[in-house]
Amino acid sequence: MNLTLKIWRQKDSSAKGQMVDYKVTDISEHMSFLEMMDVLNEQLVNAGEEPVAFDHDCREGICGMCSLYINGEAHGPDRGVTTCQLHMRMFKDGDTITIEPWRAAAFPVIKDLIVDRTSFERIQQAGGFISVNTSGNTQDANAIPIAKEAADKAMDAATCIGCGACVASCKNSSAMLFVGAKVSQYALLPQGQVEATERVLNMVKQMDEEGFGNCTNTGACEVECPKGISLENIARMNREYLKAAFKG
Amino acid sequence: MALDSRVPKGPIKDKWTDYKNKINLVNPANKRHIDVIVVGTGLAGGSAAATLAELGYNVKAFAYQDSPRRAHSIAAQGGINAAKNYQGDGDSTYRLFYDTVKGGDYRSREANVYRLAEVSANIIDQCVAQGVPFARDYGGLLDNRSFGGVLVSRTFYAKGQTGQQLLLGAYSAMNRQIARGKIEMFNRHEMLDVVIVDGKARGIIARNLITGEIERHSAHAVVIASGGYGNVYFLSTNAMGSNATAAWKIHKKGAYFANPCYTQIHPTCIPRSGDYQSKLTLMSESLRNDGRIWVPKNMDDVLAIREGRKKPTDLSEDERDYYLERRYPAFGNLVPRDVASRAAKERCDAGYGVNATGEAVYLDFASAIQRYGKEQAKIHNISNPSAEKIYELGQKIVEAKYGNLFQMYEKIVDEDPYKTPMMIYPATHYTMGGVWVDYNLMTTIPGCYCIGEANFSDHGANRLGASALMQGLADGYFVLPYTIGDYLADDIRTGKISTATKEFDEAEKAVKDRIDFFINNKGTKSVDHFHKRLGKVMWDKVGMARNEKGLKEAMAEIKAIREEFWKEVKVPGNANELNPELEKAGRVADFLELGELFAKDALVREESCGGHFREESVELDGEQKGEAKRDDENFAFVSAWEYKGEPADAVLHKEQLEFKDIELKQRSYK
Repeated sequence: MNLTLKIWRQKDSSAKGQMVDYKVTDISEHMSFLEMMDVLNEQLVNAGEEPVAFDHDCREGICGMCSLYINGEAHGPDRGVTTCQLHMRMFKDGDTITIEPWRAAAFPVIKDLIVDRTSFERIQQAGGFISVNTSGNTQDANAIPIAKEAADKAMDAATCIGCGACVASCKNSSAMLFVGAKVSQYALLPQGQVEATERVLNMVKQMDEEGFGNCTNTGACEVECPKGISLENIARMNREYLKAAFKG
Repeated sequence: MALDSRVPKGPIKDKWTDYKNKINLVNPANKRHIDVIVVGTGLAGGSAAATLAELGYNVKAFAYQDSPRRAHSIAAQGGINAAKNYQGDGDSTYRLFYDTVKGGDYRSREANVYRLAEVSANIIDQCVAQGVPFARDYGGLLDNRSFGGVLVSRTFYAKGQTGQQLLLGAYSAMNRQIARGKIEMFNRHEMLDVVIVDGKARGIIARNLITGEIERHSAHAVVIASGGYGNVYFLSTNAMGSNATAAWKIHKKGAYFANPCYTQIHPTCIPRSGDYQSKLTLMSESLRNDGRIWVPKNMDDVLAIREGRKKPTDLSEDERDYYLERRYPAFGNLVPRDVASRAAKERCDAGYGVNATGEAVYLDFASAIQRYGKEQAKIHNISNPSAEKIYELGQKIVEAKYGNLFQMYEKIVDEDPYKTPMMIYPATHYTMGGVWVDYNLMTTIPGCYCIGEANFSDHGANRLGASALMQGLADGYFVLPYTIGDYLADDIRTGKISTATKEFDEAEKAVKDRIDFFINNKGTKSVDHFHKRLGKVMWDKVGMARNEKGLKEAMAEIKAIREEFWKEVKVPGNANELNPELEKAGRVADFLELGELFAKDALVREESCGGHFREESVELDGEQKGEAKRDDENFAFVSAWEYKGEPADAVLHKEQLEFKDIELKQRSYK
C-alpha cells in the first residue's frame, strides 16, 4: 500500500517543531508499524536526509521504549498492543497517518518523536521498591503463602511496561494509572505491607511534583494501555493514600 | 599469557563456601571510597549494581535505553530455574548442576556451574522478598513448570513475563539505591571504550546519546554486563539496540573472547515473513510443555497446505509426523533447544516445511486443550460434557498459562492459535560464548569483570531454557559482589582515580576520531545495508549447520564486507546530537569484526557440540545415527581468543576442561 505520513519533526528540546509530510510506497500489510518507519528512514538516509528519530528497542511489546501517538491515539488504532506490535493491516492503501510524540508537560520532547520520561524514574525512586538487601539468607520463598487471587492481581498490576501511553492519552496528563499499578502490586502482597504508608505518600508526592495532572475518571488510560492495566489500580491507590494520610 | 581459571581446590560441593570464607573483604568504611562502573542494567548488571551499592560501594551504572527497566532481559518469557525441589520430584543442587553441564554438551566449567546451581535457590527467596509476583497454586505456594532437557519441574515463572518481573525486581532494588545516592544512573549513555591504567581497568569513555558529548568516567573496577552478540545475525530475537560493543572494546584492549561459535538458535520463533523484517519474535519454550510439534507425514499434504487447499486441522493424527516424539521418545517435545532446532531444520530441508517459504513447522495445542478440558470437567463435576464445553474449559486453562504469548502471536501473524496450530521456525536467540572470565568472573584485564550473557562461563555449548535468568541474577546478586571484594581489597588506599591522565586522553581521542570518521565519510550505503549483508552470510554459512568450505568462505566474505563498510558507509547528521544512525554504525563496525572471529572459531572447532554443528562430525551408525558427534579427546577445551588486529590473526589460547564430578557421555535424549 501507499501512504502519506505526517510526522512531527523537532531538531532538539529547545527547537520549534513542525509536522512534515512524507510518502512511503509498497508497504506490506504484514509489516509492523515500526518496520514501516524503518523503510521510511532507509529511504531518507539514501536520499541524504536525516532519518526520523523514534524510541524503540525490543520490538515485541515488553520493553516499553516505543511511544508513538498515531492518528490521535497512543500506540495507534489497535487495542492491547504497543506501537511495535501494531501491524500495517490496520491501515488502508492511500491513508494519511499522523504521527506525533507523547504530549505531556512532564514528558518534554528530546528530538522528533522521542520524549524524556525520566519523571517516571523519579516516581519509582521515591518508593517503588521493598527495602530488602541481597543477602542469601532471606527467608524461604514459600514461608509466606500468598492467596492465588492476590498474587494474580499483583501480577496483573506489575505487567505495566512504563511506556507512558496512559499519560499521553489523558486529557489531564495524569500518571495515576502508572503509579496506581506500582502501588497496587505491593499493596496486594504481604511483603509490601511494612512500607505501605510511606510508599504511597512519597510516590504520589513525587508524581505531583513532576507536573502530572489529576485523575478525573475518564478512563482513556485504561482503553489505551497496551497491557490492559485496570482502573481498579487507581481506586486501590486512592484507598491506600487515604489510609496512609490518616495514619500520617 | 597462560590462562588461569583460578578454580579453588577441594571437593566441588565445598569450593564456593570455602572460597568465600577465605576471600579478602573490604571493610564497610572503606567501601565508601571505592567506585565501581557497571555497564548494562539487565538482570546481571541491574542486580550487580544494586547489590554493590547496598554493600556500600559507589556505583555508576550505564544503559543505552532511557531507563534500566528496558534492558532486554525484560523480554525473557518462560521462567527461571532453581533447585528448590518444591515439587518433591527428585531435584537437587547436584541434579541442576548435572543437567546444566549435560545440556551444555560438556563444554562448560564444572566449578562455575556447580556454584550457579548452589545459589539458584537463594535467587527465588530474594525475588519473592522483593515482591516479584511469581505464579502460585491454589494453596498459595509457588508453582513450577518444566523446561527442555530436564526431567523435573524446577522452573519458576510469572505468566509469560518472567524476565520482566525479575528485571523490575532488580530495577526496584536499583531505584532504592539511586534514591540514596549510592548508584549514579546514566541513562541514554553508551560505553565506547575501556580505559586501562597501569594494566588495570580504571574507567570508561561513554557517549551521552542525547547531546553526543564524550564523557570520561573513572572507577576502581569496571563490570561489563552488556548482554550477548546475537544481533551479529542482523535478524534475531534480541532487541534492536542489543550489541556487542562494550564486550568487543574490552576484547580489543586485552580481554580474551571465548567460544564465539556457541550460539543458540531457539526452536520456537515466529517464522520470517519478508525481506523488510527487522527482528524476529520468540515464542517461549514453555509452550513446549503443552504444544506438540509436527509436520505432515505426506508430501501431498505439505503441498496442499502451502497452496491453501487444506488446513492443518484437516489432517488426522495418522497423517501427522510428531517428529520430536518419534525421534526422542524419552524427552519428546522437551528436548533441548539445539536438538529441537536441528530437527526442525532437518524436516524443512527435506521439504516438509508448512508455509510458503518452506521454513515453518507446527506447534499444536489441540491435545492440550482436550486434556485440560476433560480434567476441568471432572474438577467441576460436569458429567458428559459436550465437545464444545471441553474445548471451552480447556481453552481457559491454556489461556491462563500462555495467554499473552497467544495474543502476541495473533497480533503478528493474524491467525488464532487456539483454533489453528502456530507456525514456528528456529531463530538466533542467545549467545553462550562471550568474554572469557575466571572463577571470580574477572576477564584477562585485571579489574575488568564480565557477567551475565556477556561472559562465556556457565552454559557450555548450549544453554537450557530458564537458565539465562538464573545465571544473570546469580552473577549479579550472589557471585560478583563477593569476588570483586577480593580484588578491591587492594584498592582501599588508592583514592579517587583521576580522569586527567594520558590514558584517558588517548582513549577519548580514539573514540572521537572514529565518530568523526563516520560523520565525515559520506559514503553511498546505509549502516543497515551492511548489517543485513553480514547477517545473511552468518545465517547461511555460520548458522544451524556449518562446514569447512562454508566457514572459510564466510571469513573471506565478512572481511570483504568490512572493508567495503569502512569505505562506503553513510551516516547522516552530526556527532553532537541524538543520532541513531551513528550509534548503529559503531555497533555494526564491531559486529563486522566479531562475525569473522565467530566463523574462525567455528572453523577451528572440528567437532559438533551443542549449538555448534559441524556437518563433518556426525554419528554414522547405531542408535544415534545422524546426531551430533562430539570429540572429547581433541576438543574438550574452551577457545579463548586474543586480539591481534585483524580477526583472522587472533591467537587461540586453550583452557582445558576437566570433568571430575560428571562422567563425559554422549548426550542422549532418546
